[in-house]
Amino acid sequence: MTATTVTGGDRETVQSPIGRMLRDIGVITRRNVLRNVRLPQLLLFATIQPVMFLLLFNYVFGGSIGRAPQLAQFGSYINWLVPGIIIQTATFGASQTSVGLAEDLQAGVIDRFRSLPMARSAVLAGRTISDLLRNAFVSGLMLTVGALIGFRYQTSFVQLIAAFLLAMGFAFAFSWVMASVGLAVKDTETAQTAGFIPLFPLVFASSVFVSVESLPDWLRVFADHQPVTVMVNAMRGLLLGEAALPTGTTVGGTVTAALAWIIGILVIFFPLSVRLYRRAAG
Amino acid sequence: MTKNIVDVNNVVRTFGDVKALDGVSLRFEPGIIYGLLGPNGAGKTTLIRVLATLLKPTSGSATVAGIDVAADPVAVRTKIGLAGQFAAVDAYLTGRENVEMVGRLYNLSKHEAKRRTEEVLERIDLIDAADRQVKTYSGGMRRRLDLAASMVGRPEVLFLDEPTTGIDPRSRLDIWSLIEDLVAGGTTILLTTQYLDEADQLAARIGVIDRGIMIAEGTADELKDMVGGSVVQLTVRADDRGAVADILRSVAGDDPKVDDSNGRMSIPATSARTLLAVAGKLEEAAITPDDIGLRKPTLDDVFLSITGHVAENTEPEKKRAARSGR
Ligand SMILES: Nc1ncnc2c1ncn2[C@@H]1O[C@H](COP(=O)(O)OP(=O)(O)O)[C@@H](O)[C@H]1O
Ligand SMILES: [Mg+2]
Repeated sequence: MTATTVTGGDRETVQSPIGRMLRDIGVITRRNVLRNVRLPQLLLFATIQPVMFLLLFNYVFGGSIGRAPQLAQFGSYINWLVPGIIIQTATFGASQTSVGLAEDLQAGVIDRFRSLPMARSAVLAGRTISDLLRNAFVSGLMLTVGALIGFRYQTSFVQLIAAFLLAMGFAFAFSWVMASVGLAVKDTETAQTAGFIPLFPLVFASSVFVSVESLPDWLRVFADHQPVTVMVNAMRGLLLGEAALPTGTTVGGTVTAALAWIIGILVIFFPLSVRLYRRAAG
Repeated sequence: MTKNIVDVNNVVRTFGDVKALDGVSLRFEPGIIYGLLGPNGAGKTTLIRVLATLLKPTSGSATVAGIDVAADPVAVRTKIGLAGQFAAVDAYLTGRENVEMVGRLYNLSKHEAKRRTEEVLERIDLIDAADRQVKTYSGGMRRRLDLAASMVGRPEVLFLDEPTTGIDPRSRLDIWSLIEDLVAGGTTILLTTQYLDEADQLAARIGVIDRGIMIAEGTADELKDMVGGSVVQLTVRADDRGAVADILRSVAGDDPKVDDSNGRMSIPATSARTLLAVAGKLEEAAITPDDIGLRKPTLDDVFLSITGHVAENTEPEKKRAARSGR
């Protein structure tokens, strides 16, 4: 940014619009990250809860679910569980985006931001980026804890990185869905419930914990086609290889479908959030 | 070009079928404090939000520092500072972090933002608490910090929405003197308030707003002349009212004002002598009032004298609770 900086009197200002936008996004992101780190319940929600999920599912259900014929071939349930739980965490974690935005709206913080000569995009971008950072941290934690209790990826390091990036892509896209929810409902309590409750069917009627083959037919239609299953399958394909996928699907095909979901969600919810943001305070 | 720093022309703003602003016009010159006085729900916040580019007017126009708020909101934002009705500071950041962040968003360099943050924190006397998270601050400290944040960009015009509502009397005085300092330093301030004494103390010009309409405008003295300065006010039993009205008439030389809703009577008071005179005559007539006193004019009196009714909260109860319940 040094190139776009001029010194004039006692004020040193960034002149180029892009430079200013990036600086503003950085400032807002930093503020949100500080909040994430300092708000005890957020930190708890972001770390302890997913780790607890991972441990509980592995040790409590792992024994019985893991013996199901479709899953038994992976040796241990933990290999099946880790890709699923990373996506589960990203999905539930996205509700923090809606709660955070609703909170800022309610507290008048967004009014203050909107009265400042700052880049308009920075409030939403700073929010979704800081939530992405939180997700990256938590997913890294999941992988580490997972590795400690037996998770081993069966493919290459490159595919591990690809799986991680894919999960982050989904987390980011889903964050924009929840940004729309938060901006539409505008108050924290409603954002909590409106943002959270619809996530349960998405997470539980999916391949996160079990193989969808065990679901009743009517539910399976939903489970097969909803984004969480597609994401989880793509993760499994990348981390465990084609054998982990439902018969008839390929790693390339599932990853493509997953990318299509990510792009599709962004194409719809990015502009929607921007519109709702404009309307929310105006 | 206009020499008025704020120029509002027949602005209407509706929310559904609520007319929050119903054709408001006001204008004033740079370097003063303009006080916008009105009860809850009068439209004060709505007007501030229009001027701070947060809301577009439904019709009419407004300029700040010569720039049209609807046509070029981006340019307006470089000229203004806003401290909203509720302190918009972040509880989990320290005081210093809060102000510095706003400084950075005013496009100040890191170094300059830090320098000015020190300066304003010093000025509002929060240096000692600067590194504590705001969640440990009192309500008054939060308001002051919010003011600091609105000042850090050295805006030409500062909008302060009820800067002293809901804070303790000492913090109120602190904020008053801060506001006076700012204006002495050349900033123009538009502040809203529900208290006549606040407008009286601070504002060179006062506009009175009720239900989205400007009902009076002038200097504090002009307004008080309209109300008639201090009053002797008393409440007596219903059957004494006739006799008391006579007494008041003899002291004031004119009919007393009677508030029909509660039977409270009042006459203009030139000094405490008026009160003593009334008390003496009541004593002679052996009438004991339920309540008697010398009262400075309040917003209620301004309203009573201009509109013939007392100021009412026109904002629905539920909404106010929801917005202040944080
Ligand atoms: N965003 C909004 N949506 C609907 N009604 C609103 C909104 N903002 C204000 N109002 C209404 O407009 C009127 C004026 O409100 P406001 O400007 O907040 O008054 P004040 O600040 O003087 O208390 C009130 O009746 C209020 O309920
Ligand atoms: Mg208000």
